Amino acid sequence: MRRNPKELDVLHRTMSRRAALLGGAQLVFVGALGLRMRYMQVDQADQFRMLAEENRINIRLIPPDRGELFDRNGKIVARNSPSYRIIIVREDAGEVDKVIADLSRLVRLDEEDLNRALTEMRRSAPFLPVTLADQVSWEDISKVAVNAPALPGITPEVGLTRVYPRGADLAHVVGYVGPVSDYDLSQIEDPEPVLRIPRFQIGKVGLEAKREDVLRGFAGAKRVEVNATGRVMRELDRREGVSGADLQLTIDADLQAYVQARLSGESAAAVVMDCETGDLRAICSAPSFDPNLFVRGISVADYRGLTEDPYRPLANKSVQGTYPPGSTFKMITALAALEDGLVGPDDTVWCPGHLEVSGRRFHCWKRAGHGHVDLLNSLKQSCDVYYYDLAMKVGIDKISAMAKRFGIGVRHDLPMSAVAEGLAPDRAWKERVHGDVWRVGDTANASIGQGFMLASPLQLAVMSARIATGRAVAPRLVKSIDGIEEPDGAGEPLGLNENNLRKVRRAMFAVSNDRRGTGYRSRIIEDSMRMAGKTGTSQVRNITKAERAAGVISNADLPWERRDHALFVSFAPVENPRFAVSVIVEHGGGGSTAAAPVARDIMLQALYEGTPPLSAYPTADRSKIKAQQERLHRERPEIGAPVSDRA
Amino acid sequence: MSYLEHNLRSTPSGMRKILHMNWPLTLLLISVAGVGFLMLYSVAGGSFTPWAEPQMKRFALGLAVMTVVAMVPIWFWRNMAVVAYGLTVLLLIMVEAFGTVGMGAQRWIDLGFMRLQPSELMKITLVMLLAAYYDWLPAKKTSRPFWVLIPVVMILFPTFLVLRQPDLGTSILLITAGGGLMFLAGVHWAYFAVVIAAGAGLVTAVFQSRGTDWQLLKDYQYRRIDTFLDPSSDPLGAGYHITQSKIALGSGGWTGRGFMQGTQSRLNFLPEKHTDFIFTTLAEEFGFVGGFSLLTLYALIIVFCIATALATRDRFSSLVTFGVAINFFLFFAVNMSMVMGLAPVVGVPLPMVSYGGSAMLVLMVAFGIVHSAHIHRPRQQTR
Repeated sequence: MRRNPKELDVLHRTMSRRAALLGGAQLVFVGALGLRMRYMQVDQADQFRMLAEENRINIRLIPPDRGELFDRNGKIVARNSPSYRIIIVREDAGEVDKVIADLSRLVRLDEEDLNRALTEMRRSAPFLPVTLADQVSWEDISKVAVNAPALPGITPEVGLTRVYPRGADLAHVVGYVGPVSDYDLSQIEDPEPVLRIPRFQIGKVGLEAKREDVLRGFAGAKRVEVNATGRVMRELDRREGVSGADLQLTIDADLQAYVQARLSGESAAAVVMDCETGDLRAICSAPSFDPNLFVRGISVADYRGLTEDPYRPLANKSVQGTYPPGSTFKMITALAALEDGLVGPDDTVWCPGHLEVSGRRFHCWKRAGHGHVDLLNSLKQSCDVYYYDLAMKVGIDKISAMAKRFGIGVRHDLPMSAVAEGLAPDRAWKERVHGDVWRVGDTANASIGQGFMLASPLQLAVMSARIATGRAVAPRLVKSIDGIEEPDGAGEPLGLNENNLRKVRRAMFAVSNDRRGTGYRSRIIEDSMRMAGKTGTSQVRNITKAERAAGVISNADLPWERRDHALFVSFAPVENPRFAVSVIVEHGGGGSTAAAPVARDIMLQALYEGTPPLSAYPTADRSKIKAQQERLHRERPEIGAPVSDRA
Repeated sequence: MSYLEHNLRSTPSGMRKILHMNWPLTLLLISVAGVGFLMLYSVAGGSFTPWAEPQMKRFALGLAVMTVVAMVPIWFWRNMAVVAYGLTVLLLIMVEAFGTVGMGAQRWIDLGFMRLQPSELMKITLVMLLAAYYDWLPAKKTSRPFWVLIPVVMILFPTFLVLRQPDLGTSILLITAGGGLMFLAGVHWAYFAVVIAAGAGLVTAVFQSRGTDWQLLKDYQYRRIDTFLDPSSDPLGAGYHITQSKIALGSGGWTGRGFMQGTQSRLNFLPEKHTDFIFTTLAEEFGFVGGFSLLTLYALIIVFCIATALATRDRFSSLVTFGVAINFFLFFAVNMSMVMGLAPVVGVPLPMVSYGGSAMLVLMVAFGIVHSAHIHRPRQQTR
């Protein structure tokens, strides 16, 4: 359409005006965009740069190597060993089901593990590795490695896991480690990030748990660059962690093995303590369990087996079990009376077989009575009436105080689980706990280590060592940390009259070496290694009047759980005591028959630092001992072969 | 104005037309496309595949198409306007009927060698139709209600079809560009005032009614509007993209982190990094200097288009050039506002830079028409 030029001019002017307006608005908008860009990129650049870095950089922890455990002779007790596992990366595997089916034809895969892995795979990003099988044997891993080309996405991986080469021997001492559980995390306030590493192992029980602080070490860290889906693109830098400290124990692993073997078949505990330094050379509880089972994750059946065993393999009887010490407590009652000066060592008491205490009759174990007895004879023959009499004179509070000086009723500071305090009762304690007044009868019971009195095998060993040295020897389990010696437990002198101690030691010597001593049959005849000891038989049931009238039922005729506990405490050599040994055989019957021989064998094994020669034993025992030594050596070669008789 | 102009008396013919193309504009377009190749190379991690190389081929094709379009006399395009518009509307209806579902919206027709987005095509054919309409319409009828209603229907009908796809971004672009063209054509300003006032009133009413008895929308619709207007209220959905985009842009600083050093794009934190959000990669790697340079190139393209439009006395030429300029402006303004967190996320690519065939080809056709208008503008005859 042709327009006239005039109309065209008008239209063009309007358009130009409006174009200028629109164009101007557009330029203003462009300017605004520029300003916004400047504001974000220049004024706020630092903030956004930081956000970008946060996006990009991830910090990954490198788990530290756990400190290893050695015995006093440098033998390994707990170490970290490579453990193999099979991992799968979904993205690389392609057909996951087919690959897993192929894999399961090569190695046996646990159904439970497999289901867990499949669930995890569905939830996580396709490039993240998922563990299919843990703790895989070397052969299985080799099979997987050889067949790698046929198994896309499957890789064998190596990590570290805790191994206890000594198995059950040190289970109660060292304890075990396990993966951090949600419960563990809930118990810790502000848990360290390293604990959140999947499958990170921490000490669960025993020394592993108690010295977690030094054993764990410190995690390293690496900074990695990740993309938006979390895939690691490259490592930027890393800071190595600090390995945990190696601990050297005071335990002699071979002696420990011997004691454990010697106790096997019984529900028993034994402690071997160095009288000089307080070093625990062996601290055993039988039966034991294999801690390696717990590291791997114990099966329900195995666990039920352990919890339902009447011999309670999981209980650490040597430190957490407390028992009435019975006659092994008599040295304390004697020392309390002697120190008090109320009686002299040569004063005698008439034992008719019982003693009337405020209308109640307290019996001696020997119904016929011991006649006139002094300190030496009372201890040697374990006369009860003598100690009832002393206790009536000296009173419970002094006996209790003396017990505590000797480590009974005191919690010893050991890095082990559930170290028991035991109990040395006094008037105030009964008032407080039972809300009842202390009765004279209680004193009579306490004087012979019955009634409320409770001690652990560890405390009895400490008591023996303190009698032997006269010093407050304290138990020590960790000899050094990363080569730095821990303070020993030699202790200060107890401040007792040396004369009194000597009398008590002489009486204990008589127990083991006098023809009429209760421990005579389990003596050591090697002169340089003579042993002093004390038998104990602690009742776990009340003997009724009727039963006593009819004649006390012998242990052999009772069901196992109602039999008496057999105890024995000892130190040797008498002249220059090196070791204190305490033994308790639960429901073992008499201390002289069930506990004393065990303690003697352990003592000799410790003194000879290996299998003792038969010449150290009384002639009558030698053939039996020889057979026993051969049997134990067969069962546990590390114990050492019997030595040819030099006598 | 072309440098050869002063000794020419009449419209050039034959191959000489090439010399009379708007060369500054062409060079600007090549520069912008060059920036695009660079960024596509970078976001692919230093590789011509999968984006830079196809984009370069398409741009070469686009340049050829632009030249061909430029050679055709502008009056041919004016005469074709109605046909083009009709065909495009037909294509839009076809998309509605057989279109492929992609990205959650029906947007393209697969032609085998390329995917045609009729909504892209609509932007240019609408401009052509409106320009032709006002070229034909006698000046005194321009503001008569009936003659205003006709272009309004021309705009709203395709907008409605696009909105059904649903493609909100393109719909807004169509309405704004159409309205802008009507404004330039000289429609009385009172119409615009009324429409703007009514729109503002409606929006206010919708928001004011919230929580009252006479609430105009359902609750979930309000929540959707909230997320749309403020993506940070949905930090894992829409908000994630815009937050990452702002981080990338902001972390660029003055001079950027260096070519191919942008961590946000290299590590895939950026969404749609080769299409709608490509500007953030540029801003991250070349900083304020790089981003502002591109913005300047865009502004210059607009300026040259306006100059071209004002220089011609042919009404169709002017209006169509303005229309292309408005469209182009809306493209980059909406995209940049979006990546800077100034506007809600609507799917609008960065023109000539974002990866994508049909948007670029359509733009090249549009600039071809601008060139044609420039080449075939009426010369001052010596009488």
